[in-house]
Amino acid sequence: MVLRRDWWKILAVLLVGYTIVAGLLGTVPRLPILNESIRNLYFHVTMWFVMLFLFTISVSSSIAYLSTEKPLWDIRAELAVKVGMVTATLGILTGMIWANFTWGKPWVNDPKLNGAAVSFLGYAAYLILRQSIDDSEKKARIAAVYNIFAFVMMIVFIQILPRLTDSLHPGSGGNPAFSSYDLDKNMRIVFYPAVIGWFLIGYWIYTLQVRMRLLQNKLNQSQWND
Amino acid sequence: MERLITFRALMAAVFLLITPSALLFAQDSEIPMADTFRAEGKIYVVVAVMLVIFAGLISYLIYVDRKVGKLERDVNNEEK
Repeated sequence: MVLRRDWWKILAVLLVGYTIVAGLLGTVPRLPILNESIRNLYFHVTMWFVMLFLFTISVSSSIAYLSTEKPLWDIRAELAVKVGMVTATLGILTGMIWANFTWGKPWVNDPKLNGAAVSFLGYAAYLILRQSIDDSEKKARIAAVYNIFAFVMMIVFIQILPRLTDSLHPGSGGNPAFSSYDLDKNMRIVFYPAVIGWFLIGYWIYTLQVRMRLLQNKLNQSQWND
Repeated sequence: MERLITFRALMAAVFLLITPSALLFAQDSEIPMADTFRAEGKIYVVVAVMLVIFAGLISYLIYVDRKVGKLERDVNNEEK
């Protein structure tokens, strides 16, 4: 690893390391029901933010694919979704553990939770759609168009609809999540670095996936040439 | 007269809104947190364990990164 090129990977490790230390040791508001579990914010919410970040990379890549038709953009779009699905799964699992503690049940029929589940399935459909088309150009084009649709639906389901109705989940029912009530000064100085750190870790894994796919494609090509 | 009634209703509403939050504020120190656990220094054990696991996962990530870098160099050299 070269420092000039990979400095952001070091930054990622430092920021997430800081999150673990400051997240467990830092001051948090004393709130009923939540108690110490409020510290989950640094880990549960960041997983969803990484998913949003990677899905944004994915939808931008799909748009870039549709305008340039370069296969690299299709590879980027696909792998960003795959890594984003992993962090979404972690987000759902950590959310269920947290909900079991604060709401008494791992799953409640809440607009935010159901919206997240629907978007998750929407992206699962994206990956299945890719598998079902053999022709690679056709696959890339149809998948790119569907990806734009899936992204818009995801924003509607997890960012817009829960705010229009009542929801148990913070950041819903009309309240933005970052009001002074939800996130105080002491928590911000951990939460913001945590978000950047996890963004970079997620991006790192995503770039590794892309590099491995390109290698794989090169090897397959040389096999055909021999 | 009507104005006075509305004013009283408004004041009552304000009090109703303020009182529960004031009660919550009074209970602040009674909300259970892991204070003893922290005072005994056991939280550092948890921090240490999490950091070790994180370090392990990051080492793996660095290992994969370097391996991919090496393979990229190999494949590109072969092409030349």
